[in-house]
Amino acid sequence: MEARLLPYFLILPVTLFLCLFFLYPFALVAQQAFGTENGFSLDNFREVVTYWKFPISMKNTFLLAAAVVPIQLALSLLMATMVTKMQKGRDLVLYIWTIPLGISDLAAGIIWLAIFEQSGFLNSMMVGLGVTEQPMSLLSYQTPWVVFLAIMLAEIWRATAIMLVILVAGIGLIPKEYYEAADVFGASRWKQFTRITLPLLRPSLQTALVLRVILAFEVFAVVAALGGTIFPVLMGEIYAYQFDLQNGGAAAALAIIVLIISIVFTLIIIRALRVPKGATI
Amino acid sequence: MAEIRIKNVAKNFGSYQALHDINLTIADQEFMVLLGASGCGKSTLLRIIAGLETATTGEVWISGRRVDHLSPKDRGISMVFQNYAVFPHLTVFENIGFGLRMQKLPDDEVKRRVERTAGLMHIEQLLKRYSGELSGGQRQRVAVARALAMEPDVILMDEPLSNLDALLRMEMRAELKGVLAESRTTAIYVTHDQVEAMSMADRISVMHQGKIVQAASPIEVYRDPAAEFVASFIGNPPMNFLPAEAAGSGRWTVAGQSFEGPANGKDLKWAIRPEDLRIADQGFGARAKVVEPLGAHLLVTCDVEGHQFRAVLDSELSVKPGDVLTLAPQEGRGRWFDPETTLSVA
Repeated sequence: MEARLLPYFLILPVTLFLCLFFLYPFALVAQQAFGTENGFSLDNFREVVTYWKFPISMKNTFLLAAAVVPIQLALSLLMATMVTKMQKGRDLVLYIWTIPLGISDLAAGIIWLAIFEQSGFLNSMMVGLGVTEQPMSLLSYQTPWVVFLAIMLAEIWRATAIMLVILVAGIGLIPKEYYEAADVFGASRWKQFTRITLPLLRPSLQTALVLRVILAFEVFAVVAALGGTIFPVLMGEIYAYQFDLQNGGAAAALAIIVLIISIVFTLIIIRALRVPKGATI
Repeated sequence: MAEIRIKNVAKNFGSYQALHDINLTIADQEFMVLLGASGCGKSTLLRIIAGLETATTGEVWISGRRVDHLSPKDRGISMVFQNYAVFPHLTVFENIGFGLRMQKLPDDEVKRRVERTAGLMHIEQLLKRYSGELSGGQRQRVAVARALAMEPDVILMDEPLSNLDALLRMEMRAELKGVLAESRTTAIYVTHDQVEAMSMADRISVMHQGKIVQAASPIEVYRDPAAEFVASFIGNPPMNFLPAEAAGSGRWTVAGQSFEGPANGKDLKWAIRPEDLRIADQGFGARAKVVEPLGAHLLVTCDVEGHQFRAVLDSELSVKPGDVLTLAPQEGRGRWFDPETTLSVA
C-alpha cells in the first residue's frame, strides 16, 4: 500500500466507529430537536426555554458546577502534588484515591443517601453521640442547602480523581531540572508551584477542566438519588421530557442546549489556558 | 572574597560511595574545573556545593561562611545546568530576570541587569522569544546570562557545553572564559572534556572513582601527572608507558635504552607523551602498526618490545605500516610511576 494512504487507512476503523455511534445519533437528535411535521422549526426550543422549571434547573446546574469544580481543581492539584512528592507507596495511595472512579454515579449517589437520609449513618451517629435527640430529616425541601451540600460532597468525592489522574501524569512530565533551577534562583516552594508547576501544567489543566466541566453539566444520577425533585438540574429535565412527558422533541432540544453550553465552556477553557507558540516543554 | 572550602566531604547513595573524603580549596575568582569520566562523582560534588544534594559527611564553606545547611538560594551561588533548564513558559527576558524577580528587585533594575547580561552574551535580539524558538546554542547563552544576571559570588556550571556541536563548543569555550574573567566571580566548571578543561581552567581537579587525584594548573596536570590515571586520562593520545628495570645507582633500562631516574630500588614504569618523541639516530626500535595522518601531524601507533607505543610525528614524514622507526624522547620529558601505588615518583 502507498505510504501516503496508510495513515488514513489506520484511522478508518475509529472514524467508522465515531460516525456510527456518535455522529449518526447526534444527527438524529438534531433532527428531532429542530424538526416538526411542518419541517424546520424552533418550537421545541421555545417550549423548553419558556417552561417554568428551565431557569431553576439551569441555575442549579451552574451553581453546582461553580461550587464543585473549583474545589475539585484545588483538591486535585494538592493531591497530585502530594502524590508526586511521595517516595514510597505512591501507587497504592493513587489507587485508593481513584477508587470512586470505579463506582457508577448512581451507586455513589446511593452511598451518600445512606449517609444523609433520616435513618442514615449521619443521623444514627448524631443521636448516638447525643448531639440531637431524634433523627432529623436532612434531605427535605425545607433544608435545600443541606441537599445542595450533600450533592456537592458526593460529586467532590466521586469525580475529583478523574482530574487527579490527569494532573499526576502532567506533573510527571515536568523535568526535575526546572525545579532545581528555581531552587538555585531563589523561588520558594509556593513560588515554584505558582511560577513553574502551574504554567507548565496548562495542557493537563486544560484537559482536566474541560472533561470535568462537561461532566458537571451532565450531572444527573447523584442529584436524582440525593435531591430527587427538590433540586432540578438540566439532565434531570431531559430525562423527565423523554420518559415522563414522552416529549422526545423537547428532550432533544434541551440536550442540544446542554451541548452548546459545554462547547462554549470548552472553548473558554482552551482559550484561557492556551500555551503560546514555542513555549511548550 | 568568595573562597570555597570543601572539607572532608563524602557522599553515599545507599551502599554506593560516590565521593570519598574530598578536600579542596578554590581561591577567590579562580576558575576551577572538575574533570573526570562519567560516574567519577564530579557532578555530585558540584551539586553538593550548590545545595541540590546533601553531603553524607563534611562541610562546605563559601566566603568564610559554612553553607552546607543552607538552601541553594542562600549560598550566594548561581548555576548553569547541563540541559540549560531554560523555563519554556517564560520569554528570554523573564528567564534571565527570574532570579532578580524572586529577589523582588525593582522593574528598572531588573531591566538594566537583564539587558546588560543579554548584551554580554549577544542575545539582545532574542529577549521576547520563548525557549522553544531558540537553538541549543542560544538556549545555552540564555542559561549563562540568567546565571550572570544574579551577579553571584560563585557560578557553578555542570557540563554546560556538552550538548553543543563541536564548532559551537569551541566558540562558546573562548567566549565563556572571557565573560567569566570579566565578571570576576569564582567559577566551578564540571566537564568530561579535557580540551575544555585545559583551555579554560586556572586549575583542574582530576577526579577518579569519587576521589580527587590531582588538583593543579592545566600545564602541571599535563606535564607532571600525579598518577597513572591522570597520565592516561589527560592528553590525546595519552601518555605511553614502558616497564623500567633498575640498573643500579639511579640508572634504569627502558626497552634497551638507558635513562637516569629516581634512586629507587623497586621496578618502575617510565612514561612519555607521544608528542615528546622524535625520529633520531639512536632510540627505541619501534615497528609502525597503524599510521593516521591527522593533517597537522602524523599519529603513528607502534610496537616497542610488545608494548603499544604512540608517537606524534611531523606530517611531512612518509611512514608506512611495517616500517621500523628509531624514536628518541626529548630531554627531560620522561616521567616515572610506581606500578604498585600508580603514583608518580620524582
